[in-house]
Amino acid sequence: MSEEYEPSVVAFLCNWCSYAGADLAGTSRLKYPDNIRSIRVMCSGRVDPVFVLDAFKEGIDGVLVAGCHPGDCHYQSGNYKTNRKMLLLRRLLADFNIDPDRLRFEYISASEGQKFADVVTDFVSTLKKLGPNPVREECP
Amino acid sequence: MPVNETIGAVAVVGGGIAGVQSALDLADMGFKVYLVEKSPAIGGVMAMLDKTFPTNDCSMCILSPKLVDCSRHPNIEILTLAQVTNIQGEPGNFKVDVHKKARYVDTDSCTACGDCTEVCPIEIPDVFEQGLVERKAIYKYYPQAIPNAYVIDKEGGPGYKGCIDCGLCTKACKVGCIDHSQEDVDMVLNVGAVILAMGSDPFDPKIKKEFGYNKFPNVVTSLEFERILSASGPYEGEILRPGDKKHPDKIAWVQCVGSRDKNIDQEFCSSMCCMYTTKEAVIAKEHEGDIDATIFYIDVRTFGKDFDRYVERAKEEHGIKYERSRISEIYQKKCGDLVIRYEDIEGELHEDTFDMVVLSIGLCMNKNRSAALKELGLDVNEYGFPLSNFSEPVALVKPGIFMAGSIVEPQAIPESVMQASAAAGQAAALLRDSKGTLVEPVPEYPERDVSEEEPRIGVFVCNCGINIGNYVDVKEVVEYVSTLEDVEYATDNLYTCSEDTQKGLVDIIKKNRLNRVIVAACTPRTHEPLFKKSLAQAGLNPHLFEMANIREHCSWVHTDKNRATEKAKELMSMTVAKSRLLEPIPKTTIDIEQSALVIGGGTAGMTTALSLADQGYETVLIEREDKLGGKLNEIRYNFEDTDLQRMLSDMQERITEHDSIELRLNTVIEEISGHVGNYEVKLADGDELVTGAIIVATGSSEHVPTSYEYGKDSRILTQLELEEMLSDLIPGDIQEGETFVMLQCVESREDDRNYCSRICCMGALKNALKIKELNPRAEVYVLYRDMMTYGFFEKYYKEAREKGVLFIQYDLEEKPDVKLGEQISVTVREPMLQEEIELNADHLVLSTGMDPVEGTFDVAKQLKVPLNQDGFFLEAHVKLRPVDFSTAGVFLAGSCHSPKFVNECIYQAQAAAARASTLLAEPELEAEPNIAVVDEDMCSGCKTCISVCPYTAIDSVTETIEGNEVTHAEVNEGLCQGCGTCVAACPSGAIDQKGFKDNQIIAMINALGACSRGVKE
Ligand code: FES
Repeated sequence: MSEEYEPSVVAFLCNWCSYAGADLAGTSRLKYPDNIRSIRVMCSGRVDPVFVLDAFKEGIDGVLVAGCHPGDCHYQSGNYKTNRKMLLLRRLLADFNIDPDRLRFEYISASEGQKFADVVTDFVSTLKKLGPNPVREECP
Repeated sequence: MPVNETIGAVAVVGGGIAGVQSALDLADMGFKVYLVEKSPAIGGVMAMLDKTFPTNDCSMCILSPKLVDCSRHPNIEILTLAQVTNIQGEPGNFKVDVHKKARYVDTDSCTACGDCTEVCPIEIPDVFEQGLVERKAIYKYYPQAIPNAYVIDKEGGPGYKGCIDCGLCTKACKVGCIDHSQEDVDMVLNVGAVILAMGSDPFDPKIKKEFGYNKFPNVVTSLEFERILSASGPYEGEILRPGDKKHPDKIAWVQCVGSRDKNIDQEFCSSMCCMYTTKEAVIAKEHEGDIDATIFYIDVRTFGKDFDRYVERAKEEHGIKYERSRISEIYQKKCGDLVIRYEDIEGELHEDTFDMVVLSIGLCMNKNRSAALKELGLDVNEYGFPLSNFSEPVALVKPGIFMAGSIVEPQAIPESVMQASAAAGQAAALLRDSKGTLVEPVPEYPERDVSEEEPRIGVFVCNCGINIGNYVDVKEVVEYVSTLEDVEYATDNLYTCSEDTQKGLVDIIKKNRLNRVIVAACTPRTHEPLFKKSLAQAGLNPHLFEMANIREHCSWVHTDKNRATEKAKELMSMTVAKSRLLEPIPKTTIDIEQSALVIGGGTAGMTTALSLADQGYETVLIEREDKLGGKLNEIRYNFEDTDLQRMLSDMQERITEHDSIELRLNTVIEEISGHVGNYEVKLADGDELVTGAIIVATGSSEHVPTSYEYGKDSRILTQLELEEMLSDLIPGDIQEGETFVMLQCVESREDDRNYCSRICCMGALKNALKIKELNPRAEVYVLYRDMMTYGFFEKYYKEAREKGVLFIQYDLEEKPDVKLGEQISVTVREPMLQEEIELNADHLVLSTGMDPVEGTFDVAKQLKVPLNQDGFFLEAHVKLRPVDFSTAGVFLAGSCHSPKFVNECIYQAQAAAARASTLLAEPELEAEPNIAVVDEDMCSGCKTCISVCPYTAIDSVTETIEGNEVTHAEVNEGLCQGCGTCVAACPSGAIDQKGFKDNQIIAMINALGACSRGVKE
């Protein structure tokens, strides 16, 4: 039997809620797949669509962007703006032959360690089903 | 020491949200603070809450940054497990005796790894989780606890024992921070002032036998339910009933448990239960949409800002049922379900079955606590809460001692926070001469210029005892990093955060001439500042530092050691990639003009100006009318029998005589520009001034009704007009049988003006009692929707009923009908009789509520600050920043925020002054380091960034370069908060964010991409 495909995932987490939620998952010793590596930004508003496209271009299989719940953003509205941007970006991805489900936006608060773990688990299983990022072939 | 010299330190007693706010404000103003907390961690009840109303913010998310600030503030010393036993001395110089219980764990060296808990054999009920689950005898109070350290429970509690001294934890602890022989200590704090913020107690519903608490497992308190809702609570946010851990389909909330109850001497209203109950029901519905939620209540008290809309949404969008009723009994069926027996408003008896019942418990002052207050020489009221003076709501009868939070009166978070800032400000005014005398200056180290150097990266990988080491092969990670380009030095430590490792780190940086440093350890959210400090000591710019989180995000959450090690390596590769591109961020400061401008000369404005001036700041007070006082001029009397006009004239006199206040009457503002610390204000008379902070206190005015024939008949008055009329009358002026009908909520709490004005019910009661005083045989009817007699006001409601004032409840759908004739005929449906009755009134009095004053909109525009949909100013955060605007340097106070009473305006104004003074305390302010920068050459002038900036921190400037007009964006460093939203939005790539630059983040992504493809960078 062939080994299961292990996708690589990058997560952009806002400092105030989602990164803290991931921290709480840690303090609570929740277990989730080890495919994810996070990049901390101050606000999810900082996440430039270019980052997402670059990640796919680099052959990374999935991108998770997480910010505070509506109304909780430390900077008022960065999370809304990014949510909207990611929605648009998902539509564009198809044109690049990338399944939109490889990009995911989530609201995760500082007390939602469990949600963070669940999101990662679910996302990784989706990506496993999708298999390798097609762009990967073209990478060096 | 001369007798009149004051001590520049303050003891804040109680580490809940009020104590935390007072401590932070005072520390920022330059005072040394001792924060004395009796539990093992600060945070208080707010730390236990799941969400907060009316915004449904996650409570921990908004609280924990404040707690972390407290623990990091060099001027704050947190004393946990500590209780004040005595306070002696006088204003400016007190001796505070503190008894500090042994923790048996050294907070400084404890790394909160939790190895001790693993081995502890003792399980006891978890106090923080309201006893819903068990914890070990060695434990952390809650996951985000500050101090972030464990504690041993040696005492146990009723019915269970604590630690048995088996010593297993001592053996398990790799740092050696556990010491079972530690003893309690007694200490004396020498301070200039004391702030009491120890709160009140949640009511224990056991004594209300009819509700079956403690007898029926599925009857829980509202605080237990908060924990049940919480994602970090006992059931991880799943709604389960404790009896059999089943999902309840039908939940009932019972209001006023332990409140408005004369049988148990708890006659007051606890003020926040109506709202938190609604919130709990809404959140429960959000968790599980098909939960059937019913709230049994007497009145829904939505007297706060935006509360009415919240309850309306709960009813309409979430389908939560509100049942006006009195409950006689709750009993349990065999299956654990509960039957509520109640009487509805029409007097009919019902029974209904629920899976779970939540008792909305109020607050109380337990006997011991109020005895302790008395022992300190403080007077208490009939409910055991400390007494204060109407005009000085946060000052206690003993000068130099202040109070804040729910010790003052049962209340919600924003009031507590305002009082906390107010108390801090009052203490600061008292100690103004000793400000800054007891705080350590932050040491400055000379910085090495690394701009010409190639990157020389040093990497320190932490084992965190075994917390990382057991799940990640740390040695392998070190070996791997050493092979990466530009890494000059790599090592592992047992505990990188320990003091000796930090000292070593400074030496290593110097010896190896490192110019970038990476620590791979725990989350940057706690230890980053510590490491940055070491960099500074080693002569490096602290921003040449990065952390890789290989504990919370790696070793603690993954089980396969090989794969976890691989992940740690990839994280290292990403961090090294960013690190190469790090740049020093020079410390920039903003000059602060240490003076303030107050807009509006009513109660709030006058108080703000006096409070700021008393703290030593030059203050300009402007008022558009020709006299001071605003609405206070029209208030004749209050419940407390305060001589309000005397209070007003005293304030006027102090203002005109105060050296630091410049009063400008008949003055309005033309234009405001500038930013925090430097606002330029142009007045309509042509004068200009520069000020560091602006406080808006423009007030509100009584709404002028258009319905109920108002204005057509002199017998129809508003409450304020009635008050004026009554104040001139003497006994005998009102005839026996003369009938007053008061109509509440006129043009309020519906459609356009969908808010409660907070003060009208009390206004009606006050005038009703006045009428009864003038002639007990006059007749007074109050037609109301919900009586909003919150807090201690409840007693006047009772007094009015005892004196024969008649109260008739009506619903919005069945408004009373008014016809003019010889008398005024008012028809209303009487719910008990279930029929319409006609009242013949000699006077019809309309309670119309308050509107924002005319011109509020203009001020908002000039200052670029927001209004809520009712036209009142919108603060930065409803709960935790109630007097700040999100624009730095602008604050608000009084009824321009939302309608409120005179004494509430006073403490809010003192709070606004205090918040302003935290800003004005120093001549310069350190700017946010991670701000946005514009590359002018690349900027196309499209203004996209301007439209997305939440702080209006970006301007568009046009310059003429070589004869060409060029427009580009410019970031105002005083306004930018560093979110980076503009950077992500810029279509030309012309903006970047310091510390989170595009190339740095892309480098991380590319490094990860390379790793995942199996190529090494
Ligand atoms: S700070 Fe979390 S999304 Fe903006």
